[in-house]
Amino acid sequence: MLDLSDYGTSDFFQILKRRHPELLATLNSSDVVSSGQVTEASFRPYEGTTVLAVVYNAGVVMAGDRQATEGYQVGERRIQKIYPVDRHSAIAVAGAAGPCIEMAKLFQVEVEFYEKTEGVSLSLEGQANFLSHLVRSNLGLAMQGLIVLPLFAGYDLKQQRGRIFKYDAIGGRYEENDYYAIGSGGKDARTTLKKRYTPEINRQDALAIVAEAIWDAADEDIATGGPDLIRKIFPTLYTVTEEGVVEVPETTVEELYRELISRL
Amino acid sequence: MSTPYYVSPEQIRQDKEDFVSRGITQAKEVVVLEYRDGLLMVAENPRKTTFKISEIYDRIALAAAGRIAEYEILRVVGIRESEIKGFRYYREDVTAKWLTNLYSQHMGAVAQAWDAKPLEIELLVCELGAPDAPANSELQNNRIYHIAFDGIYSEEERYAVIGGRAAEITGILEQRYADGLEMAAALRLVTETFRTIEADAGDDYEITPQTIEVACLERTAERRKFKRLSTDEVTTLLDS
Repeated sequence: MLDLSDYGTSDFFQILKRRHPELLATLNSSDVVSSGQVTEASFRPYEGTTVLAVVYNAGVVMAGDRQATEGYQVGERRIQKIYPVDRHSAIAVAGAAGPCIEMAKLFQVEVEFYEKTEGVSLSLEGQANFLSHLVRSNLGLAMQGLIVLPLFAGYDLKQQRGRIFKYDAIGGRYEENDYYAIGSGGKDARTTLKKRYTPEINRQDALAIVAEAIWDAADEDIATGGPDLIRKIFPTLYTVTEEGVVEVPETTVEELYRELISRL
Repeated sequence: MSTPYYVSPEQIRQDKEDFVSRGITQAKEVVVLEYRDGLLMVAENPRKTTFKISEIYDRIALAAAGRIAEYEILRVVGIRESEIKGFRYYREDVTAKWLTNLYSQHMGAVAQAWDAKPLEIELLVCELGAPDAPANSELQNNRIYHIAFDGIYSEEERYAVIGGRAAEITGILEQRYADGLEMAAALRLVTETFRTIEADAGDDYEITPQTIEVACLERTAERRKFKRLSTDEVTTLLDS
């Protein structure tokens, strides 16, 4: 007979923790790796990133570079750092790639599970709060250097605007009104955004400053990948509006960069 | 000390079947049928939030006739088990056949337990074929599984009906159903069938966009193929 005991909870994370802790190897981590075993010399996770979000007049743009770094080596050139969560939200991740991808995947399933079982979407605020909880669950690994820091953004259907949430390592949740960037190149991207951002910016201009911010981050930070015109690898850009989460086509991103380069 | 009665296994089974069928014969019907772009599911259900048809997974939906509370538990557990399986392996590995077995075992075990009452529901597990599978591959085919209260299930083709008057409705569909119907035509076929059945029953119960629940698994949709149609969308389709 099926186990009906946890019928009634809409929290998938809770169900996995109780029934299948083996599927949460990293997010349930305190006992998996004892303190001090993960050292920089013995193990280098993929990390290094620039991901950002910018509020514009119809919602929010999210963007991320494509490079994963392993120490001083390029680990992966085409990695995805932005993941759509539901129809009106997306998550960007920075930190150790393995736990990052796991957290993004789990978060996406969590939100969808809630929506399917309850019959209504989890509110944007509710999603942002739940993510705090996931980040905090990773504290054990974060203390050993395998940190995961998400940037969460979405279109708030009630307030009719784009919203951005950033997090600290122990799960603190902070809302940003205009833009934010995290990862090793985050500070460089923020500098560009600070100079170029104007409130109520339109989509076209928002995409342009986002492309420029990632360019500047890649210029200053060795762990951030810029546009690769030879391999045709470009940063990923998403718009999140009332109509949904849409990836900006690669050809449009390429045009943005060709235009940017022609101005340099 | 009293001597326990002897009751034959046949008698136990018959009693349970009688008990369930009393409930099921009163249950309003749910129809699922293939249309040009997927699977259309229609139920007689005037309620706005207690549904008889719902999304389980990317290409899988569940419909039920009978006690809504019993269905509700199986719905949530189905979503849970599917998400766990998809999280453990890969989303494509969650199939209607697997889910049907899961339900079937559960319903069978409940029906056979001497101290439990059988579930008073019938289920349809519906799966849209994988649109990105190679042409002519088995994976392109839609699947419909009908599970009875005791867990016995059968695979249906093109359309399936559950509920009290399932046999009558199947009879009408046998005559009128055609392959490749557009969604509007398929929906009209079902509503007209419902009307015929209600008229035969001498009921003045009206079939309107407000009294039916409509959902589909649509081939052209993104990853999540399930879509619930709003009353407005149903009205537009019926008027077209």
